[in-house]
Amino acid sequence: MTDPVWWASENFWRKTAIFVTAFMFVILIFLTFHSMSVILAGSEAERVPAYSVINHRVDYRFDNERGMFRPVIGEEAPLFGTVHTEAEARALVDLGKLTVQAKNCMNCHTLYGNGAYYAPDLTKAWLDPGWGNEQSRETLMLMFLTDPVTNARTYGTGRRMPDLGVTEEEARGVIAFLKWMSAVDTNGFPYGFTPLPQGGD
Amino acid sequence: MAISAEIPLTGIDAASPGESTLSAGQKLALKYFVAAMVLFAAQTVFGLLAGLQFIYPDFLFGVLDFNVNRMVHLNAMIVWMLYGFMGSIYWLVEDEAGTELVGPKLANINFWVLTAAVTVVVLVYLIVQVGDGTRASIWLINEGREYIEAPRWADIGIVVCTSVFFCNIAATFMKGRWSGISGTLVLDLIALAGLYLAGMFYTTNLSVDQYWWWWVVHLWVEATWEVLVGCIMAWGLMKTLGARRRIVTTWLYIEVALMFGSGILGLGHHYFWIGTPEYWLGLGGFFSALEPIPLVAMVVHAVYDAGTHGFKSNNHPALAWLIAHAFGNFLGAGVWGFMQTLPQINLYTHGTQWAASHGHLAFFGAYATINIAFIYIALQHWRGNVWMSGGLPDGGWKWKWSLGLQCVGVMGMTVAMLIAGYEQAFVERAAGGSTWGAFFDAQTRPWFVQAMQWRMVFGVVTAAGMAILFWDLLTIGRDETRPAKQVPDPEAEPAAAG
Repeated sequence: MTDPVWWASENFWRKTAIFVTAFMFVILIFLTFHSMSVILAGSEAERVPAYSVINHRVDYRFDNERGMFRPVIGEEAPLFGTVHTEAEARALVDLGKLTVQAKNCMNCHTLYGNGAYYAPDLTKAWLDPGWGNEQSRETLMLMFLTDPVTNARTYGTGRRMPDLGVTEEEARGVIAFLKWMSAVDTNGFPYGFTPLPQGGD
Repeated sequence: MAISAEIPLTGIDAASPGESTLSAGQKLALKYFVAAMVLFAAQTVFGLLAGLQFIYPDFLFGVLDFNVNRMVHLNAMIVWMLYGFMGSIYWLVEDEAGTELVGPKLANINFWVLTAAVTVVVLVYLIVQVGDGTRASIWLINEGREYIEAPRWADIGIVVCTSVFFCNIAATFMKGRWSGISGTLVLDLIALAGLYLAGMFYTTNLSVDQYWWWWVVHLWVEATWEVLVGCIMAWGLMKTLGARRRIVTTWLYIEVALMFGSGILGLGHHYFWIGTPEYWLGLGGFFSALEPIPLVAMVVHAVYDAGTHGFKSNNHPALAWLIAHAFGNFLGAGVWGFMQTLPQINLYTHGTQWAASHGHLAFFGAYATINIAFIYIALQHWRGNVWMSGGLPDGGWKWKWSLGLQCVGVMGMTVAMLIAGYEQAFVERAAGGSTWGAFFDAQTRPWFVQAMQWRMVFGVVTAAGMAILFWDLLTIGRDETRPAKQVPDPEAEPAAAG
C-alpha cells in the first residue's frame, strides 16, 4: 500500500496533537496566572472584594457602560451591627464557607449557578427580596438557618430545607459568606435581579 | 518515549471455545467491571430517589435528604466510570503491550484497597451525612464540592491508588512495547492523575475555589476522559471489527488534537460567572463552541470503520454499544453542550435543569456506553471467546432490549429536563430576574412539574434497561459452543490496488 498523503499521515497528526495540546496548555497556564491575580480577595481589579466588604451595604445595579449588572459597594452597614477588621471578617466568612461545604449545601443549591437545582441559587441570596427589608433580613436569615424546618419557606413547592444542625455561630458565618459572595462581580449573572429595598430605596 | 504502531500483536486472547484462559490483567479487569456494575446500580437507585423527591418532597425528608441522594447518585456515577475505564485498561494492556502485567499482586491489593475506601466513603455519606463547619468535616466526612465530594483522606487514597495503577500500566508498556494507542493512553493518564491534585485544597475564596474545581471537573470530563475513551474506542474497534491499526491510530491523533485544541480553553465556559475576568466570556464561548468537532470526528470514525467492515463484528452487543457511544457522545456532550455554551444563552440557562439535561445525556452517551461495550468484550472472552455475533440462541433480545430501554430512558429524561430547563430560563431567569420567588414560581408551573414526572417515568425505563443488562451479562454466551467470528487482522495492510 502506498503511504498516505502528508495531511492524512499518522506522523503528521501525532505531531499536530502534541503541538496543539502543548500550545493550548501554555495559554491556559498564562491565563490562569492572570486570572488568579484578578480574583484574589481585595485585589485592585475589584472583581472579588476583600472580606471586610461585609461592613458595607452591597447593592446590584445595571451598569450601562459594561452593559451588565454589577455589585455596587455602598456606605458602611456593618453585619450584625459590628464593624469587623479584615482578619475578623475573613475568619467569619471562612467559618461560613466551611459550614456551606460541611453541610453539603451545593447538592441542593447552586453557588454562582454551580451545584444542584433542587433549591434556589445562593449567589445573590443576601440581596433576595424574599427577606422583606434590610431591617428584618439578618434576624430572618439567622432564624431560618438555625431552624429551617419550623421556619420553612417552600413557596408552594413543599420542598423544605432539612435541619442540618447549623449552630448560631455557624449561621452568622454563613450569612457573612453570603454577603461577601453577593459583592463578587459575576459578569452580570444573574441578569435582571432586583435586590430587596436598602438604604431608603 | 518510543512509539511504534508497526509491531504485530500476539494472540493473548485467542482462547479456544468453552475454555476460559484469562490473563492476570483480564481477571483483574473483571473485578473492576463487577464493582462498576454494583456502582451503576447504586447510581440508578439514588437517582430514582432524588427524582422522586422532586415530585414528593416529603419522601425520606430528614432521613435521606435530596443532597445526600444526589451526592451518592453523582459519586457512584463518577466512580463507576473510573472503575470501567480502569477495568478496560487492565483488559487491553497485556494485549496491547504484548507482555504480561508487571505487578498483578500489587494491582489486586490496589483494587481491594480502593474498593474498601469507596465503600467507607459511601457509608459515611449515608450514615454521617454532614459535619460541623470545621476543616475536620472536610477531611473526614464530605468536602461539599459537587462531583469531588470525597473527603480529603479519600482524595489522598485515590491519588495513591491511581498512582499504583498508573505505574503498573506504564511499566507493563515499558516492559513490552509501545504503540500510538498506548503512548496516548499513558500520557493521558498522567494528565488525569495530575489534574485531580488541583482539587485537593481548601480556600475561603469561592472564586479561587471554583476556578481550580473546574480544572478537575472540566479537564477530566471534557478533555482527559474523552481522550481516554478515544484510546479505548480505538482498541475496541480493532478487536470487534478488525479495523486497521494505522487508521484508528491516525483518527486517535486527530481526535486528541481537536479535543485538547478546543477543550483546554473550552474550560473558559465555566469561567463566565464565577468572578473571573470578562475575557473568559469570549474565549470560553469560542473554544467550547468548537468542542463538538472532535465528537463529530469520533462518529465519522466509528461509522466509517463499522461501514467498511459491513458491520461484521465478532461481538454485536459490544459494537452496538460502541456505536451508541459515538452518537451519544456527539449528541449528549456535543449538541446538548453547544446548546448552552455561548455566554449570551448561558446567562439564562446556567444553573437550571438545562444543565442536568446535558449532564445526563453526556455522561451516559460518552462514558456509560463504552464501559458497557467493554464489559461485553470481556464477557465474550471470559466465556471462552465464544460466538456473540448475529444468531444468538434467544435472538439476543436481552442485549437489544437493555440497549433500547436505556437509550430511550436516558433520552426521555434528557428531553424532560430540557423542557423544564427552557421553562426555567424563561420564567425564572428572563422574566423573573432569578430571585428565590422566581425560582419557586418556575418550579410550580405545569411544564416544570410535568417534566419532573416524565423524568421519573423515563428513569424507571432506564432502570428496567439496566436490570435486563445485568440479566444479560449473567447469561449471554453461557451455553454457547460456537467459536467467536473471525475478524480481519488489525495489523495487516490491505493489498495494493491495481
